[in-house]
Amino acid sequence: MSTLLQLRGLQKHYPVRGGVFRHQVASVKALDGIDLDIHRGECLGLVGESGCGKTTTGKAIIRLHRPTGGKIIYHRGNGGAPVDIAGLPASALKRERIRGRLQMVFQDPTTSLNPRMLVKNIIAEPLREQSSMGSRELETRILELLSMVGLTKDHYLRYPHEFSGGQRQRIAVARAIATHPEFLVLDEPTSALDVSVQAQILNLLHTLREKLELTYLFVTHHLLVVKYISNRLAVMYLGKVVEIASTAVLFNRARHPYTHALLSGIPIPDTGRRSRRILLQGDVPSPLNPPTGCRFHTRCPFVIDRCRAEEPVLKTFSDGHRVACHRRDEMERLVRDRFGR
Amino acid sequence: MTPLIRTENLVTNFYTYEGVVRALNGVSLVVDHGTTFGLVGESGCGKSVAVRSMMRIIQEPGRVEGGRVVAFFDPRDKRRGIDLLQQSEAYMEHLRGDQISMIFQEPNAALNPIMSIGDQVAESFLFHKKKEMAAAVLAAMDRENGRPPWPLGAFQRALYARTAVSPRDPLVALTGRLPLVRRWQMRLRREALRRSVEIIGKLGIPNPEAVARLYPHNLSGGMKQRIVIAIALACSPLLLIADEATSNLDVTIQAQILDLLRHLKETEIASILLITHDLGVVAETCDRVGVMYAGNLCEVANVTDLFNAPRHPYTRALLEAVPRLHQDGPLRSIEGAVPNLVNPPAGCRFHPRCPEARAICRKHFPETVHLGGDHSVACYLYTDRPRGEGAA
Amino acid sequence: MDNTHPRLRELKYTLYRIFRNPSAIIGFTLLVFFIGVAVLAPVLAPPKYAHNPYQMPHKGFSPTPKPPSEKAIFGTTSGQYDIYYGVVWGTRTAFKIGLFVVVISGLFGVGLGAVSGYYGGWLDEALMRVTDIMWAIPTLVLAMAIVVAFGRGLDKVMIALALIQWRWYVRVIRSEILTLRDQDFVQAARVMGVSDFKIIRRHILPNAIYPVLIMASMDMGSMVITASFMSFVGLGSPKGYADWGQMVALARNYIVGPPDDPLRFWYTIAIPGACIILFVLAWNLIGDALRDAFDPKLRRR
Repeated sequence: MSTLLQLRGLQKHYPVRGGVFRHQVASVKALDGIDLDIHRGECLGLVGESGCGKTTTGKAIIRLHRPTGGKIIYHRGNGGAPVDIAGLPASALKRERIRGRLQMVFQDPTTSLNPRMLVKNIIAEPLREQSSMGSRELETRILELLSMVGLTKDHYLRYPHEFSGGQRQRIAVARAIATHPEFLVLDEPTSALDVSVQAQILNLLHTLREKLELTYLFVTHHLLVVKYISNRLAVMYLGKVVEIASTAVLFNRARHPYTHALLSGIPIPDTGRRSRRILLQGDVPSPLNPPTGCRFHTRCPFVIDRCRAEEPVLKTFSDGHRVACHRRDEMERLVRDRFGR
Repeated sequence: MTPLIRTENLVTNFYTYEGVVRALNGVSLVVDHGTTFGLVGESGCGKSVAVRSMMRIIQEPGRVEGGRVVAFFDPRDKRRGIDLLQQSEAYMEHLRGDQISMIFQEPNAALNPIMSIGDQVAESFLFHKKKEMAAAVLAAMDRENGRPPWPLGAFQRALYARTAVSPRDPLVALTGRLPLVRRWQMRLRREALRRSVEIIGKLGIPNPEAVARLYPHNLSGGMKQRIVIAIALACSPLLLIADEATSNLDVTIQAQILDLLRHLKETEIASILLITHDLGVVAETCDRVGVMYAGNLCEVANVTDLFNAPRHPYTRALLEAVPRLHQDGPLRSIEGAVPNLVNPPAGCRFHPRCPEARAICRKHFPETVHLGGDHSVACYLYTDRPRGEGAA
Repeated sequence: MDNTHPRLRELKYTLYRIFRNPSAIIGFTLLVFFIGVAVLAPVLAPPKYAHNPYQMPHKGFSPTPKPPSEKAIFGTTSGQYDIYYGVVWGTRTAFKIGLFVVVISGLFGVGLGAVSGYYGGWLDEALMRVTDIMWAIPTLVLAMAIVVAFGRGLDKVMIALALIQWRWYVRVIRSEILTLRDQDFVQAARVMGVSDFKIIRRHILPNAIYPVLIMASMDMGSMVITASFMSFVGLGSPKGYADWGQMVALARNYIVGPPDDPLRFWYTIAIPGACIILFVLAWNLIGDALRDAFDPKLRRR
């Protein structure tokens, strides 16, 4: 499996300014060294709680902001040399035709579609930017895109507010795939939608991935959704990736205590299996001033002295399973003994 | 099972510029003493409107236009129901927060940013439990010194004695407002604050004395939601209504709050009415579940029955549309979208999306059918001879 | 579903929302009346001096106003200027003042505010400090200073007002843009590689412009009041110029008549005064109606 994107030590620190002359007094470490490989054709789920930096990671890859450190190495599908897009200026991204290849679907389609633009113009916008099409050609392409996401010609000349939430998200998807991208960041694409519509969008995304050979980074806090659609999962906590594994491995043999807590916290829509929860104490610490050592040690039920002093690194545990925890080898036993799971 | 609150054919309409939004189309549900009732449905299905109508806090341009909301606060007396829709506004004001408390999705909206946490919880006590607290203060005074020093102590004692009998006495209210004179209430306030620290501690918040002195912006989302719950619990209500109370929280924090609610259910409050769109939350916390769709209650059942043997086509479709932990095969989605309630479909409101719709479904609204085992469903699939067929 | 073009449907809906409001109907009726008077001025009051129609004709130089008569239906004001003529041609002057000031200051303010709000950073900081300096000076003092420096005249007053009024538009548009800048649809446009200029023009301004429109319509009225005031204190149009403020200034000594008949010269002050009031009222009612129609909270869904 070839690699599409490699994130190496990706950092995003937001300055906190204070004082009379607005000098930098501290920084919010939204991303603090992310190492992640995204393989071509996979759907990588990125999960974590709010404020852990999962959306910031997604937005860094499509360069909605400029990371303050690290590399994003992009291996282009057309055989071009790999480029580090972390530091490229916006003009270079456009010139190299990278913009159209890396796209994004936002969380809430009511805010991601301009309320004063017609559907036609919303979908035409990326096409106009990235290619020079005639108006006839443009219209054919837009209608083709609409039918790909399950909308019809009737929807062509409408405003976003005339649609339901699910249909709006379809329009947003059509806009994202308009320029033949090879990679999509999906930022919680279903969490603003109703349950009955969520399945429609998930299935649509699934078929589009197969049909268009897309690669997804699916950012979400909803673990059951991500389990349904992803091949691989990366769990983030406070600006760091703490565990990466294939979905099946992660759900069955997680090695990080935080992953265990997340998994046990999912409200499961089944009445038979009420299992015991791993309840974490307290809240996520502030990224302004993350704890020393392992960032999870303040809430970890299995904390030892080493966790407070030394920061664990992401190490390969078994094939493709990487964990950042000092006690990864004994974690399964610890969880079983303590929580009986 | 003894009912605690029962709605009968509740109808609520919103008069907007677009037309009349028929948000509730005759909802009848029963919440029993000692149960957790879950009301699920998608956004806009009317689940929030239903409880807000029950509590009479529907905002303009909404109006409750039909039905009854009968409350039986005394579980031993089944006949003495009070129709909440007929009561005065003053009655409702004292009912909300006393017998029935509500918590909402957004804790920030419920907390005053410029009041300390302790004061906010204490306020609930001062509003609803003045009488009990005055009696407690009186008892404490008597314990401290048998004979109060004249004249200030006697004056205070007299006022407390009066409050303990009738907290809304005009003299008590007047002296409570006059500058300087109102200082007699200091002990009452201290008592309220003591009780709030106690209840904050009960909610699993470490170091409650310190937390009581903090302000809302010092706390995280999960903590704030706990404080809101503390305010709701301050007066040990018979029914706690939680409207999407955990939807905005993270998974681990949501787990904490749900755990807390389950624990409270066993120790503090009799019944919970939980409104949510998350079927997982329902499965984990509720005893009985009502499923709503487009202003109608389509199915009510015990939680195991509902998840194992759903009857209404909508419930079935909804359960198949949620990803499971052991999901095999693709998710089934419900085609189409939730209807616009200005112009709801005729007949059963689900029929345009229903895979089993028949001719009758397009014309008439199905009656609720009781299937036994406390399972009721509003669908023609379960009626032998549809009523009103000849009339059409 | 009707098959009209969606833009037309949207426009119809907006118009419906505006005209559902009775104050909008009054406002627009007044406005149509004033526009009619302004357009038909040469017909309603044929100018005496073809090369300078704004100069009010006068018969004689007597300072005492004459009451309405067949010759001058609204009477004459001090200096025997015909009030009817002045009121008719003054409507044109009012529109000239309002449109000039609002368009110039609006364009300047919106442009500056958009750049400042969208880019932020030191540019925003610098531009906003300059605007703050403008804010520190009282409107009338600044306007008077400019007029005194460049000489008296209505054109100078208009320029002075335009130079002051833009600061309002900067503030309003900037705050709108600050909230719009981080909206998802702007970010989405950025991901598509849309240039900043196009983002501002296509995504931000169409969503931010409504408060500006509302303010502009209010300003149309208030600018006329300010210009009238300048004329009243003698810094505006020259004597005899068809301008409502000028006419009120001419009537200054006749606001109260002789002790036995205090209302004798009512027409000198009431007629141009009423014109100013109705003109301002029209625009304010329209502004109110626009605000109600564009209020996002009241807009559907």
